[in-house]
Parts: sequence; C-alpha cells; structure tokens
Amino acid sequence: MHKYGKFAILMAIIVGSLLWLATAGITGSQTYYKTITELRQMGGDAQTRHVRVGGDVQGNSIVREAGFVKFNLIQDKEVLRVAYEGRDPLPDTFRDGAQALADGRLGPDGVFHASEIQAKCASKYAPKPGMAPEGLQPKAPGAVPSTGNSSMRSSL
Amino acid sequence: MENVGALALLLAFCISLYAIIASVAGRLKQKPFLVLSGERAVLAVWLLVSTAAGILIYSLLTGDMRMAYVASHTNNAMPLFYKFAAWWGGQEGSLLFWSWILSTYGAVVVLKNRGQHRIMMPWVLAILSSVQIFFLTLNAFVVSPFQVLAVDKVITSVPDGMGLNPLLQYWAMVIHPPMLYLGYVGFAVPFAFAMASLISKAPGDSWIHTTRRWTIVTWLFQGTGIMLGSAWAYHVLGWGGYWMWDPVENASLLPWLAATAFLHSVMMQEKKGMMKVWNMVLIASTFFLCIYGTFLTRSGIISSVHAFAESPIGKYFVTFLAIGIAATVWLILDRLDYLRSESELESVVSRESSFLFNNLVLLASCFAVLWGTMFPVLSEKFSSEKISLDAVWFNRPMVPIGLFLLFLTGVGPLFAWRRTSLESLRKNFQWPGVGMLVLVVALYAGGMRYPYSIISLGLCFFVTATIVMEFFRGSRAISEKTKVGLFPAMVELTHRNTRRYGGYLVHMGIVLMFIGWSGHPFNQTAIGEVDKGDTMRVGAYTLKVADLTNGETADYQWDTAILEVSKNGKSIGTLEPTRKFYKVAQQGTADVALRTRLNEDLYINYAARTGDKATLQAYVFPLVSWIWIGVLVLIGGTFVCLVPSKVARSYPRTEVVGVSNQSHRRAASVVRPEQ
Repeated sequence: MHKYGKFAILMAIIVGSLLWLATAGITGSQTYYKTITELRQMGGDAQTRHVRVGGDVQGNSIVREAGFVKFNLIQDKEVLRVAYEGRDPLPDTFRDGAQALADGRLGPDGVFHASEIQAKCASKYAPKPGMAPEGLQPKAPGAVPSTGNSSMRSSL
Repeated sequence: MENVGALALLLAFCISLYAIIASVAGRLKQKPFLVLSGERAVLAVWLLVSTAAGILIYSLLTGDMRMAYVASHTNNAMPLFYKFAAWWGGQEGSLLFWSWILSTYGAVVVLKNRGQHRIMMPWVLAILSSVQIFFLTLNAFVVSPFQVLAVDKVITSVPDGMGLNPLLQYWAMVIHPPMLYLGYVGFAVPFAFAMASLISKAPGDSWIHTTRRWTIVTWLFQGTGIMLGSAWAYHVLGWGGYWMWDPVENASLLPWLAATAFLHSVMMQEKKGMMKVWNMVLIASTFFLCIYGTFLTRSGIISSVHAFAESPIGKYFVTFLAIGIAATVWLILDRLDYLRSESELESVVSRESSFLFNNLVLLASCFAVLWGTMFPVLSEKFSSEKISLDAVWFNRPMVPIGLFLLFLTGVGPLFAWRRTSLESLRKNFQWPGVGMLVLVVALYAGGMRYPYSIISLGLCFFVTATIVMEFFRGSRAISEKTKVGLFPAMVELTHRNTRRYGGYLVHMGIVLMFIGWSGHPFNQTAIGEVDKGDTMRVGAYTLKVADLTNGETADYQWDTAILEVSKNGKSIGTLEPTRKFYKVAQQGTADVALRTRLNEDLYINYAARTGDKATLQAYVFPLVSWIWIGVLVLIGGTFVCLVPSKVARSYPRTEVVGVSNQSHRRAASVVRPEQ
C-alpha cells in the first residue's frame, strides 16, 4: 500500500487545491437573478450583492447625459429607475420597449446602478406565446405558426 | 412533400425499432439472417432520414413559405448558401441534422464491418439504433421540422420569412455547427463499441483498436468546431473576446475534455492493460456529455446568448440521459471482473502516473466547468435563489489546471513506463528546465508582473524544448545511419511512428495556443468619442478620424469610419471599421477593423455615431494570432496521427489474450469515418 499512499497524497493535494480555488472568493463572482419585485424585497442585501434584473425599457424614459444614461425598467407594472454607468456604448438593440437585462447594484437612493446592459429587440426574438413574431405576417390575418413559439434562435 | 418527409421519419422510427429487435434476437438465437436484416435496417434508416433531410433542404432552398421552419429561418433575399445552412440554424432542423449524421455514421459502421466483429456488431447496431430512436422520437412526434403554417385548419403561406440572424451570416458560423455536430454525434460510435464489447465480453481491447481513428477524427471535429466558434466571437461580435464561459460554449467543451482524457488513458490500456474500467467510464461520460450538451442548448434551462427557444423537449432528454446512464453504470458494475487490470502502478515518476494525473486533472476541469454551468439551476433548487457565476470564477480553477496540463504535456511523454531513472530525467529535462528558469527570470527582470503569464510562457518554452529535442535526437540517429539530411530524416522519423510524433505536433499546437492566451493580461483598451479630424490613442497606436461615411444597400444601412493609423508616430495606413444595421432583422452588426500581426492585433470597433462624433472601441491584443496558429498546428498534428505508421507497432500483451496483432491492425484501419 506504500506506493499507493504517495498517489493518494498527490491526488488529495491537487483536488484539495482545486476545491479551494473554486470556493474561495466565490461570492464575488455571483450574480443574483431577480425580478424588480424581488429586488425590492431583498432589503439591505440588494446594495451589497451583484444583481441581474430584467424588464422592458419604459417608453420615452431614456435620458442620455454626460457619462451615463438613465432609463426606467418596467415589469408587471413595477418600475425601477436605472442609471447605466458602464464604459461600453449601449447596444443598438437598446431602445424604447426593448427587453433589457441590467447588471449592477441597487443604490441607497433606490436607483439601480448598472455596469452592464444587455438588450434584445422584444418583437423579433421572443414573441409572446401564441403570437406570430413581427416580420412573419401571414397573408391571412390571425395566422399562427402551428409550432407556436419561435424565439431567440441561433445555431448551436 | 412535407407529408412524405414526415412519413419518412415515421418509417425510420419503426425500422430503427426493428433494427434493435432483429440484431439482439439474431445474436441471442444465433440466426445470422436476422442479424443481417438488422444491418440492412440500419441502411434503410439512413435512406429514409436522408429522404426527409432532402425534402427539408429542398423546401429551404426553394423558399416554401408554407412551412413554419422555412418561414422562421430563411427569407427570400438570403444567399443560397445561408438558406442551406438554415438546415441546422434552428431547433427542429438541427435535430434532424443530428439524426441524419447518426444514421450516416451507422451506415458507415455497417459497411466497414462486414465480415468482422460478428459477435459485437449486433450489439453495436442495437445501441446506435437506440440512440437513433430517441432522436427520431423528437423529430417525428415532438418537434417536427415539417410543420406547416395554418389558419383555421387551412394551410397558408407567408410572403417572406424572418431570415437568419445577421450576426450568424459569417462563414465560420456556417461550418461551426456542423463541425460540432459531427463531433457530438461521432462519440456515439466508440461508445456503442465499448458497450457492445462489455455486453458480449469480447476478448482484448479490440473495441479500442477498432474505434481509435474514429475517436480521433471525432475529437478533431469537436475541437475544430469549438475553435471556429471562438474565432467567430473574436471576429464578429466586436468585443474582442474569444471565450466567455457561456453555458453553450461550456457544453461543447465538456465532451471534448472528457474525450481528451479518454484518448490519453486508452494508451494505458493498450500498452499495460490498466484502467479498463476507467476507459469505459470515460467514453460513456463523453457520450452522455454530448447528449447533455445538446440538451443544454435546447431546453432553455440555462439562459445563454446561444440558447434555442424554451421547448418541451427538455424532459425527453432528461429521461434518455437517466435511462442511458443507469444502464451503463449497471453494465460496467456487472462486468467488473472482465475489466480487471493486468498490471499495477509502480512509481510516481512514470508514464503511467503522468497519464493518471492527466486524467485526474482533465476530469476535475470537466467537473468544475459542469458545476459552474449548472450553478444557476443548482442554486435555484437548493436555495431558491438563481445565481450565476462569472468568467472570473471559471478562470480561477481553470487557469492553474491548464498550466498543470501544459506541464504534463512536457514531462509525460518523456517519462519511462513503470519508473523513470534519475539519469533519464537529467538527460531529458536538464536543458529545457534550465532554459525555462532563465526565461522566467528574464521575463520578471524585464518587468513582467503577471505570474500566470510568466509561468505559462516559461512552460511553453520548456515543452517546446522537450519536443524539439525529441525530434532532433530521433532524426539525427536516422540521418547518421542512412546518410540523409536532417529534414528528410525527420519526415522518416515521423512516418515510422505517426502516433507518437503526430502526438508531439498536437502538443505543440496546444503550446502555441497557450502562448496566445498568455498575452491576455497585456490587453489594452481605449474607448473614446472622437470628433472628425481628432485623434485617440491605444497602446502605441494613434488613430485619426479622417472621415465618417455612410450609405445604404437593399439589406442594410452602413456607417464607416476611415481612420488613419500610425504606430509610434509612423503612419501604417488606414483602417475602416464599419457598422451595419440590417433592416429586416432590425439588428446591428459590427465589421471590426483588424490589423493582425504575430506580436499583436489592433482591433477597432465602430460602436456608435452621434453627428460628427464617432464612438470607437480600440483594443490591442498581444499574441492572439498564436491561438489560431496553434489550432492549425493541432489539426495538422492530428492528421499525422491518422496516417498509418510505416513501422507497425506491436502490442505483445494483447497476443496473450488470443487475438492476433494482424487482425487488430486490420480492424483499426477498417473503421475509418468518411471525411
């Protein structure tokens, strides 16, 4: 058993250090997925944790100012004020009515400070179930693809 | 037409079922004709699935807008090339593509193994057909590609379809999915052979010899597919990254890691008769990770930039995985006796041990990636909070794992079997080791402060030196003996043992990729809003906005920034980053301006325009080209591995078992997938 002991020790060292690497500082890498309502219910945690919150960009709410962009996210009638302070320019798909995901932290002032915004054009990539996507207008009114829902598609 | 396609799929389903029954019954009742009819059934399935695929392709190419799949994945203006590629552009079509590749592989296996493996083959076909049945179930009953658009039960068509996402209209993106699929599906064959050899208790390692080339080719497809996706991200997405640990990227990486472990550990079984259980576990893991990856991209359980629609097929995949894994585990446990190891580990400093650690670390990395990918699902299950992990987390264990593997790449092949003497360690590693230390000290003295990059570059030197020494020693011996030049001697050397020297070339490709990755901490970024006529700087480069132009074509509007670029004050020409906005898709894409050199890439994305102001994202990426060069070397090395060795290797151990070497070699060269 002596020689297997050496192997066991080496393996334990390797696996142990990998476990350590994987768990140490994991909290800094975590992003919580929240709805606006849930974000409100988080209390103090919302200001310390990195959160991803989603919703639709409220019409006419986008205000571009020097250094940042303000807009409102709306989901189920809950409205969240967002200030985007990231470095990268906002994507082209970011506009009134678009579905957006904002990554960041909630400030004490109730404004969500986002460092990253992802947006997708709502009509095209995620039609509501049972509705034909825009751009796929059948000749006859009310036509529905019998497969139902075609959503954000891509090759593998 | 679409009815014929749907019918073909239905028939293929029935005949696959027949193939299983006929093969198994024919084997158990010793009825050769029944076995033969099972083989014919597999060929018939190929014919039927090809018919269905042909009909779908015909509809795509002719733009039959009555069909839901055609309408939602093509439009009339699309080039024929992309219309064809729409076959695998969406959920339903890509599943049909899966089935078609699998049926093709099945047919190839049948045709290549006529008259051999008579005991094993019925089981191989039964297993392949079971997998086929699963995918045909999805194709025929759950997500049929032949759905038509209907209003009040009247079939209708739309004037034009939705087209393909403009981001995907790029050459690498067209061949990236089929490459990955060829990989994903291909692992079904070695898996089927492995299980068949367990079921039939076939003597020796004939399943490994038979499927060695198959596994290597599949592994190559998978790796190439992954790197094509990576190259696409770098060249098209405009953020300059090539890997972001996105769930779908991870899904393609997982089986590749497991397969890499498998390719290494089979050598232990071939040469020493060890790790037999382990190899079974590895090939089964590879196969199920392939299924899992297909599942991950389609079920919508994990949000990803790539994901297909959320769909009801998730539960089918879970069922299939559960049954498959349970059956495999039971089979392996039941046959443990048959898988007993023939020798033992002797020393920590030995080839065996380096294989062992290579496997351990590859599997650990596989597990880490799987864990990170599934974290949102797991955390939601156990703490009711959906939490995702970012790229920083993935890099934390994966970078050291990568460096350790790089180290093993250097030392492993030079350790002797059983145990390595101090003398041989000194001979093989003295100069590479000293050189590495000198380089590390020099890099540190030169002001480099990123430990991982320093270690990585040091190891790259070390591994390169050991590989070059191996080639040099071998070819010098040949050139002295036969009085030919060093280069012809090197070709001769490689030809004599293609597995070994091809393997070194593959390792060299990996080293070059590591050189590319080492440049990552030195990336430089500048983002600026620049007026026409003004300049911005990134690294040693100065960019002057000479002009901003725009225009329009039938498909898209475009904006181009014409930049005069100078490096250290010296003009080096103009670059023209462009942004396009596709009208139908209502989506913007970037045509990044790229100046590629071996030492660094200058990468400029024209992000936005407001009046006469251009928003530019400019990056300098040191050493990135080496990643793509490494991929090419890796592909070349793999091809060398596939060339039969001039001097036949013999495995004296396997003779004892009772199967002659001759038949092994023939078997190995017979199963060769079509390329």
